[in-house]
Amino acid sequence: MYAPLSSFPRRLLSDALADRLFGLLARLAALITLALLLGILLSLIVGAWPAIHQFGPGFLTHNAWDPVKEDFGGRVMIYGTLATSIIALAIAVPVSFGIALFLTELSPAWLKRPLGTAVELLAAVPSIVYGMWGLMVFGPVLARYVQQPMQSLLGDVPFLGALVSGPPVGIGILSAGIILSIMIIPFIASVMRDVFEVTPPLLKESAYGLGATTWEVIWKIVLPFTKTGVLGGIMLGLGRALGETMAVTFVIGNMNQLNSISLFEPANSITSALANEFAEAAPGLHQASLIYLGLVLFLITFVVLTFSRLLLMRLQKNEGMSV
Amino acid sequence: MTTMNAMNAMNATNDDPQQETALPIKIAVRDLNFYYGKFLALKQISLDIPEHCVTAFIGPSGCGKSTLLRTFNRMYELYPEQRATGSITLDGENLLASTQDIALIRARIGMVFQKPTPFPMSIFDNIAFGVKLFENLSRIDMEERVEWALKKAALWDEVKDKLPQSGASLSGGQQQRLCIARGVAIKPEVLLLDEPCSALDPISTARIEELIAEIKKDYTVIIVTHNMQQAARCSDYTAYMYLGELMEFGETEQMFLKPVRQETEDYITGRFG
Repeated sequence: MYAPLSSFPRRLLSDALADRLFGLLARLAALITLALLLGILLSLIVGAWPAIHQFGPGFLTHNAWDPVKEDFGGRVMIYGTLATSIIALAIAVPVSFGIALFLTELSPAWLKRPLGTAVELLAAVPSIVYGMWGLMVFGPVLARYVQQPMQSLLGDVPFLGALVSGPPVGIGILSAGIILSIMIIPFIASVMRDVFEVTPPLLKESAYGLGATTWEVIWKIVLPFTKTGVLGGIMLGLGRALGETMAVTFVIGNMNQLNSISLFEPANSITSALANEFAEAAPGLHQASLIYLGLVLFLITFVVLTFSRLLLMRLQKNEGMSV
Repeated sequence: MTTMNAMNAMNATNDDPQQETALPIKIAVRDLNFYYGKFLALKQISLDIPEHCVTAFIGPSGCGKSTLLRTFNRMYELYPEQRATGSITLDGENLLASTQDIALIRARIGMVFQKPTPFPMSIFDNIAFGVKLFENLSRIDMEERVEWALKKAALWDEVKDKLPQSGASLSGGQQQRLCIARGVAIKPEVLLLDEPCSALDPISTARIEELIAEIKKDYTVIIVTHNMQQAARCSDYTAYMYLGELMEFGETEQMFLKPVRQETEDYITGRFG
C-alpha cells in the first residue's frame, strides 16, 4: 500500500530546501522594511541638509519663522507638537484606564461587546471629521463655556491668568490637545483592556479572596502585573498624537507665535506647519527647514515607538515567565 | 429523593454516638442550589462543617466540589451568570443573604487555589498585601506577622534571606506555600483549599499535608481534592459528591473503611471515577 517516494513528482523541493527558501524570503521582507526606514531617514537628511548646515541643532530652540528673511527655527512647532501631545495623554490615559477597567471588571456582560465596539469605532472616525467638528462645534463651546468663565475667574492671577488669556475663538493648543485625546483614547483603551484581560483570573480571585476591593485588585495587582503592556498602549497613543496632522491643523490656529503661554492662543505644530506650508514653500532654505522639521518629528516618533516596542517585548517575556 | 439520600447519609453519621460529642459547627449549608447560567451545578446540598477540623470534598471531575467551595466566600459573585440559592451560615450568620461587605466576609475565609498565584511583588509584600487591607501595623509588627505566616507555611527557612525578591522567582511548591502563608497571614477563621497540591511534586505535597495537619488547630480547613489518598491522610471528615449531589458525608475513617452507600465504595475503591 505504501507508495514509493518517487511517486510524488510534484514535490520538487525537499523540505529542507523549502525551509531555507522560506527563511530567505522572510529575511528579505524584514530587510526591505529596514532599507525603507533607512532610505526615508536618509532622504529626509539630504532634503534638510541646507537647513541643517545653516542652523545646526540650534534650529530646535530658535524662535523664528520668517520666509522673507530666510530665518527659520522650530521652537514654536516643536513646542506645539509636544504640548498638544502631553495634554492629549494627560486626558486620554486616565479616561482610557477607566474605560478598560469598566469593560474588564465592572461592566454587565450584555454591555461589554457594544461598548467595546463603540470605543474601537472611535478609531475609525476619519481625522478630518474630528478636525471639522473641533473647529465648528467643539472650539466655540470650549471658548464660551470654559475659556470665558476661566478668564473672568483667573484673569488677575499671575500664571493661571496668562494660561487662559487670548481671544475667545476656541482654537489653540488646548483645543488641539483635547481633540487629540479623543482620537487616541480608543487605541490606549483597547490595549489596556486587552492586557487587563490576559491577567489570569486566579490571580485576581486570589486577591479578591483576601478581601480586596475591585479598586485594590486593579490598582495593586492587575496594574503591576500588566504595567509593561499598559505603558506600551500609552506609547502607541503618544506616537499617534505626535504624528496626527489633519485634525490638529483645523483647530490649532496655525500661527507661528509663542508670545504667550496661553493655551487658547492660536499656535502651530510640526505636522500642521508641514501641511500648510509645504506646497507653497520655495525650494531652498524654506523647504529644507520644513523637511528639517519633518526629520525632527520622525526622530521623536521613532524614539517613542521604539520605546513602546521594547516595552511590549518585555510584556510578552513576562507573560511567558509567570503562570 | 437525592436530598433524602444525602440527609440519610448525614443522619447515619449523626446517629453515631461518637458524633454526639463532635466539635461545634462552623459552617452549615442548607438546601444549596447553584447555577452556572441555566445549568444546575449543585443540587440541594446540605451539610455541616465542624470547627477546627479538616473536611475533604472528593468526587470525580465536574461533580461540583470546587463549585461548592467557591460558594463559601461568594467568589462566584465575580461572574454575573453564576448564582446560588439556599443558605450558608458561618457562625449563625447567613452568608448568602448577608448585607455585610463582601470583602469583610472574604477576609474571614481565606482561599488557596489549584495553581500558585504569587502577586507581582516581593515575597514580603505578597504576605503583607492582605494584612495591609484590614490592619494598620507598624513596620516591626508587619515583619513579625510575615515571619509568623511564613513559618506557619513551613517556608520561612527557605525564603528568609530573600524576602525582597519577586514571589515569581520561587519554585512551584514554594509559591504554593507562599500562597498558603498569604492566606494564613490575615488570620481567617476558615481556610479553603481548592486542590492545593494538584500542580505539586510529592515532596511539596507532603509538606503541605503536614501543614494542613498543623494549622487545623487554629482554623477550620476545607480541602477539595481528587486524590483519595490525600483525603484519607489529612482529613477528619469527608464529603463524597457526584454530579452536583452530596452522596455521602461522614467521618473520614468510617467513610473509607465502611461507606454507607455503594456508589461511594465504588468510587473509593476505584471501580468507578
